[in-house]
Amino acid sequence: MWTLFHKFGSPPWLYRLSGAILRWLLPITLLALVAGAVWGLLFTPPDFRQGNSYRIIYIHVPAAVVALAGYYVMAIAGAVSLIWRMKMADIAMRACAPIGAALTFVALVTGSIWGKPTWGTWWVWDARITSMLILFFLYLGVVALYEAYENKALAAKACAVLSLVGTVNIPIIYKSVDWWYSLHQPASIKFTGGSTIDPSMLYPLLFMISAFYCLFVCALLLNMRVEILEREQRTAWVRALATERGGS
Amino acid sequence: MYFESLSAVLQMDGHGTFVWSAYFITLGVIVSMIYVPRRREKRFLRQLGGQIRRSEGSNPPSARKEV
Amino acid sequence: MKPASTAAFCFRLLRRQLVLGLRRPVELGNPLLFFAMVVALFPLGLGPAPDTLASFAPGILWIVALLSNLLTSDAVFRSDLEDGSLEQLLLAPQPLYLAALSYVFAQWLLTGFLLGLASPVFALMLGLAPAAIPALAASLLLGTAVLSLVGGIGAALTVGLKRGGMLISLLILPFYMPVLIFGSGAVQAALNGNPTGPFLAILAAFLCLSIALAPMAIAAGLRISIDT
Repeated sequence: MWTLFHKFGSPPWLYRLSGAILRWLLPITLLALVAGAVWGLLFTPPDFRQGNSYRIIYIHVPAAVVALAGYYVMAIAGAVSLIWRMKMADIAMRACAPIGAALTFVALVTGSIWGKPTWGTWWVWDARITSMLILFFLYLGVVALYEAYENKALAAKACAVLSLVGTVNIPIIYKSVDWWYSLHQPASIKFTGGSTIDPSMLYPLLFMISAFYCLFVCALLLNMRVEILEREQRTAWVRALATERGGS
Repeated sequence: MYFESLSAVLQMDGHGTFVWSAYFITLGVIVSMIYVPRRREKRFLRQLGGQIRRSEGSNPPSARKEV
Repeated sequence: MKPASTAAFCFRLLRRQLVLGLRRPVELGNPLLFFAMVVALFPLGLGPAPDTLASFAPGILWIVALLSNLLTSDAVFRSDLEDGSLEQLLLAPQPLYLAALSYVFAQWLLTGFLLGLASPVFALMLGLAPAAIPALAASLLLGTAVLSLVGGIGAALTVGLKRGGMLISLLILPFYMPVLIFGSGAVQAALNGNPTGPFLAILAAFLCLSIALAPMAIAAGLRISIDT
């Protein structure tokens, strides 16, 4: 157990491992995303109320789910880096922020596009949308804080503290926004009613959610690799790699 | 297959613009999520490799050991 | 010399911060002036119709209070970092948790507390119904304390940076949102004749939580900032 833990702390080992994982995970992920999209777009029946516009659900919901999970991954990585001072955890944390921001952005944009045919407006100050927007701000805050520090090791520590503060706050923010919305909810728009989803629509959705999780892992590893190289650029193994691969 | 023809797929009963634009925007974001770090990695290695060659000049690369 | 007991240490720290603040009465008035000016912007922007203003008043007053708190929280640790006393504080044997709490408490007394006391005047200017004024003052007093604590985290994380001003608002505004929701909710409830107790209780719960947790984050942030 401890040897594994120490191995995770070793940059060259992680760099090679991530390369090996990506070699098969990346093609599988891309294939799964395409397959899921085709399944959702072409092989599922339309919703009886929303017609075909509901097909956006197959990218909207997975993006939202993974974006939220990504914040927790970031916070856990942040905690690990603060407690055990593990360099790789801080690299992982740093790598989460832009990916999370991108996924939140996808969730917001697709939600907005979905909103137009469904409710007739691009934006509604609904509880979930507002929470998602706040999550987007939280991610961007972490990115901005990281960029503001010159010393990247300190930047990572500061971001770890911020993401932990965020983790405590996210449930509070979500509950408050929920409550706020229930207070001001206009009678004409109701769409969070507990409608059950048919299996023929549910399976592709679950499939897409798993594909998005894989995408998150791929993007995380890709970002970590760059970060590892940049931080370790003075070490012999990175220089050897650079002369071997970049020198030609 | 739910749809009968290609035009039906593109139209989606009038919702086609929304559905397809959402999917294409997502596609764009996903492609950039994968492509940007890969390009950064390649460029970084190329730059560092160039730096090393310039600074070390005649030293053959095989003289260094990997740790 | 024997090190001062923790309570005496915190008390001295608090007194020092207050004295420093009170020596510059003009700076003390700045948040209030800011509050007054932004309140004056709303009638200009929304039109002077008393009905419109009164219906927006709870939200306006709360948002302005939030902004003025945000602007002052940036400076909590800055001068102490520059003259090196922050470094000494980190080396002191007393827990940094309590020191951070004293700093924030002093900052709250000089801004949020005064703002809460002065808020009825601005409320009347915006035509808020007198019945809602106690709720406004109470919610501001409780809420600005939470804002100061959360703002302290942002200040601690950015104090070492040269360009912290804009950044701090990006970092902590999302955390202000629950306070805004329940603070303005309390005033709204008072306007509608509903009991304000639950809202104030939730704000007090936020306060307890942030007193327990925020100083830890502030302490961690200060340790990071000192290294820069």
